[in-house]
Amino acid sequence: MNVSHVTTRTHDRPPAAAAAEDVPRRLHADPGLPDRVFRAVARGGGGFVLAVMLLVGGFLLYRAWQALSKAGFSFLTTEAWEPDAGNFGIAAVLTGTVLIALVAICFAVPLAIGTALYICEYSPPRLRQTLISLVDLMAAVPSVVYGLWGLFFLQGHVLGTARWIARYFGWFPLFKVDGADPSDPLATATVYTSSTFVAGIVVALMVAPIACSVMREVFSQAPVGEREGAYALGATRWGMIRSVVLPFGKGGMIGGTMLGLGRALGETIGVYLIISPVFAVQPHILQNGSSSVSSLIALRYGEASEFGMSALMAAGLALFLMTLVVNFAASSIVARSRSGAASDS
Amino acid sequence: MTLVAPPRGDNAMSAQNSPRTTLPSKSTSPDAGSPREPRRRLALLRATDVYAVLGAAAASLSITALLFTRLLPFSGGLGFTLVAYGLFLGLYALLVSFDEDGPAVRDRVAAVLAQSLGLLMLAALAFVVVYTLWEGRKALPHLNFYTQDMASAGPLDPLAAGGILHAITGTLEQIGIALVVTVPTGLLCAVFLNEVPGRFARFVRTIVEAMTALPSIVAGLFIYATAILTLGLDRSGLAAALALSVMMLPIIIRAADVVIRLVPGPLREAAYALGTSRWRTVWHVVLPTARSGLTTSVILGTARGIGETSPVLLTAGFTAVTNTDPLSGPQVSLPLATFEFIKSPEPTMIARGFGTAAVLMALVLLLFVAARVIGGRGPGRLTRRQEHRRVLASRRDAARFAARFAARAEEQLDSGSRASAPTRSAS
Repeated sequence: MNVSHVTTRTHDRPPAAAAAEDVPRRLHADPGLPDRVFRAVARGGGGFVLAVMLLVGGFLLYRAWQALSKAGFSFLTTEAWEPDAGNFGIAAVLTGTVLIALVAICFAVPLAIGTALYICEYSPPRLRQTLISLVDLMAAVPSVVYGLWGLFFLQGHVLGTARWIARYFGWFPLFKVDGADPSDPLATATVYTSSTFVAGIVVALMVAPIACSVMREVFSQAPVGEREGAYALGATRWGMIRSVVLPFGKGGMIGGTMLGLGRALGETIGVYLIISPVFAVQPHILQNGSSSVSSLIALRYGEASEFGMSALMAAGLALFLMTLVVNFAASSIVARSRSGAASDS
Repeated sequence: MTLVAPPRGDNAMSAQNSPRTTLPSKSTSPDAGSPREPRRRLALLRATDVYAVLGAAAASLSITALLFTRLLPFSGGLGFTLVAYGLFLGLYALLVSFDEDGPAVRDRVAAVLAQSLGLLMLAALAFVVVYTLWEGRKALPHLNFYTQDMASAGPLDPLAAGGILHAITGTLEQIGIALVVTVPTGLLCAVFLNEVPGRFARFVRTIVEAMTALPSIVAGLFIYATAILTLGLDRSGLAAALALSVMMLPIIIRAADVVIRLVPGPLREAAYALGTSRWRTVWHVVLPTARSGLTTSVILGTARGIGETSPVLLTAGFTAVTNTDPLSGPQVSLPLATFEFIKSPEPTMIARGFGTAAVLMALVLLLFVAARVIGGRGPGRLTRRQEHRRVLASRRDAARFAARFAARAEEQLDSGSRASAPTRSAS
C-alpha cells in the first residue's frame, strides 16, 4: 500500500501537464463473473463448515438448557446421576475424565517424545517414511480394537504391577486402594480391575501417536544451521538434541501433549469397555471403579427420559467445552512456538 | 584423538620457529605426515560399542534372574522386564564410562533410551494388531462369517452359524454416504482456506483446527439432538453417516489444507501470468497437482471414520438383521457389531467380536496401504504411467500444431502468397 502510493507520486511530478487529468488508478481488478461465482461458492463452503461446527455447540446448549436451568450451579458439584429425581451433576464424571486423561498423558508423553526423537534423529533415513506411516496407522487403529486389547489382555497382566504399587506406595493418596489387604497373598485381585489406571494405559496408546506426530513435525523443523553449529562446537548427538532440538521444539512438545490431552478427554469406547462406572468422586486410581463423561453418555443414552437426555446433553456440552479450551490452547501454543518462524530463514 | 593432534603440533612449532609460517609447514608436513598417518575408519559403529551393549544385556539379565529366583520375593513378567531394563541402563552407562568421558556416556544412554521408547511404541502397535488378528482366528476361517447375518443365530449357536454380513453392508453404506457428504465439502473448504485468504478464512481455519479433536461422542450427540430429536429422523444408517461426517469433516479439511498449501507458488503464478482466472487455476493447476496428497487425506479420514463406534452407537441403533436401506430402520456397522458382540459373556460371541474387529482392522490396514501407494509422492511428482500419458498428450499437441501450420500454409499458398518456405521449415 504505502510503497505504491510513493511511486505514483514520484511519477506524477515531472510531467506536470499530464498530471491534471491523471486520476489515481484503481488497483482492484475486476475478476469477472466466473471468478466472482467461484469465490462466492468457496466462501459458501467455508461458511457451511463453520456453521456446522458452531451448530454443534449451539444445539447442545439449546437441548441442555432444560436440565441446566433446573440444576443450576449444583450441576457442577453434585456427584450422583439421577436426572429423573432431580439429583444429578458432573462432579464425579468430570474428576474421572480428568484422572483418566492424566494417567494417559503420564504414559503417553515419554513414549511420544522418545518415539519422535527416535524417528527424527536416530532412525536410518531410509526407514523414516515407513516409521512415520506406522505411527499414523497407530493413530487410526479403531478405538474399539484398543478397548478389546485392554479388556482381554492388558487387564490381566497389569494387575500384579497395580498390586505392587498399591502395596509399596499406598501411603500416597492417589495410589491407595480401599478394601485390599496387601499382607494377604491369597486376596482376590478384583479390587484392582476396571480401574482408572488400566483405562489410562489403554487411552495412552491411542493418544501417544497423535502427540508423537506433532512433536516429530516440530523436531524435524529444527534449523539445520544450528544443528551443525552444535556439532561443530563438539557436541555429541545428545548434546545437540538438548541444546538445539528440544528448546526449538518446546512449543510443539507442549502443544502435542495438550492435543493428546484433548483426545484423551473425549475417548469413549476404550474407556467404556474397561471401567466399571461409579458415580462418586474416586481419587484412587488403582481401585476398581471409575467414570468419565463420554462413557456416562454411552451408558445412559438408551434408557434416558426426555429430561434425562437433556441432562446428558449438558454433560456432553461440558465435555465439548473442556476439549475446546484444551485444543485452542494447544493450537495457539504450537502456532506461537518458534517452529512457525523457521520457514522464513 | 591421534588425528587431531599432529597438525596442531605442526602449527605451533612453525609459529615458534619463524615468521614465514606457511611455506615451510606446507612443504614439511605432507612428507612427514603421510606415510605414518593411518587410514581413517569412517564406520560409526565400533566393536567396543557392540561389546558394551552385549555385555550390559547379559549382565542385567543374569542379575535380574538371580534377584527374581534367589534373592527377592519378586515375580511376574512385567516386573522382570522393568528391573532388567533399569539394570541394563545402569550397567551400560558403567561399561561405556570405562572408555569415554561424561558427555559421551550421557549421549549413549540417551540414544538407548530414545531407541527403546521408539521400539516400545512400534511393538505396542504390532502387538495390538497381531493380537486382534490372532484372537480372530477362530471366527475368520468360517465362510458363513462373511455371507450370513445374525438374524437366525443366537448367542449359543456355534461359529458355523451366523456372521457379520449386516455389519459389513452397514459400514460400507454409512461410510459411502459420509464420503459423499464430506469429500466435496471438505475439499471446497480446503480450497477456500488457501485460495480466498483473509480474516474470515483464518477464523474458519482456527475453528476447524480446534474441531479436529471433537470428541466423537459429541458428534453423535449433536446428530442425535438435531436429526433425531428435532427433525424426527429414525435411528438409521443415514443418521449414523451424518454423525460420521461431522467427525470426519475437520480431519479431511485439515489434511487437505496442508496438502494444498504445499503446491508450489510458481505454478500458480505461472497460471495467473498466462491470464487464467482463479477458478480455472484451481481446477486445472492446483487440484491436479495436489491430487495424490488429496486422495491420501481422504483415505486417512475414511480410515478414522470407519473405526468410530461412539457416534454410530447413539445414532444407528442396533439390529441383527441385514438392513440395506440406510433411510429407515436401525443399521449396524463393524465397530458397533464388535462392541455388541463382546458385551456378551458367551465365548462364541466374544470370538465373533474378535473376528469382526479383525475384519475392521484388515479394512483399516488396506486403506492405509492404499494411501501409502497413492500418496507416496509429493505435489507435482508423477508416476511413470502419468508421465507416459503426459508425453503422449504433448506429442498429440505437437501433431495438432503441425497440422494447423500446414493448413495455414496451404491457405496462404492458395491465396497466392509467397510465405511457404518458413512455414514448411517450421512444420
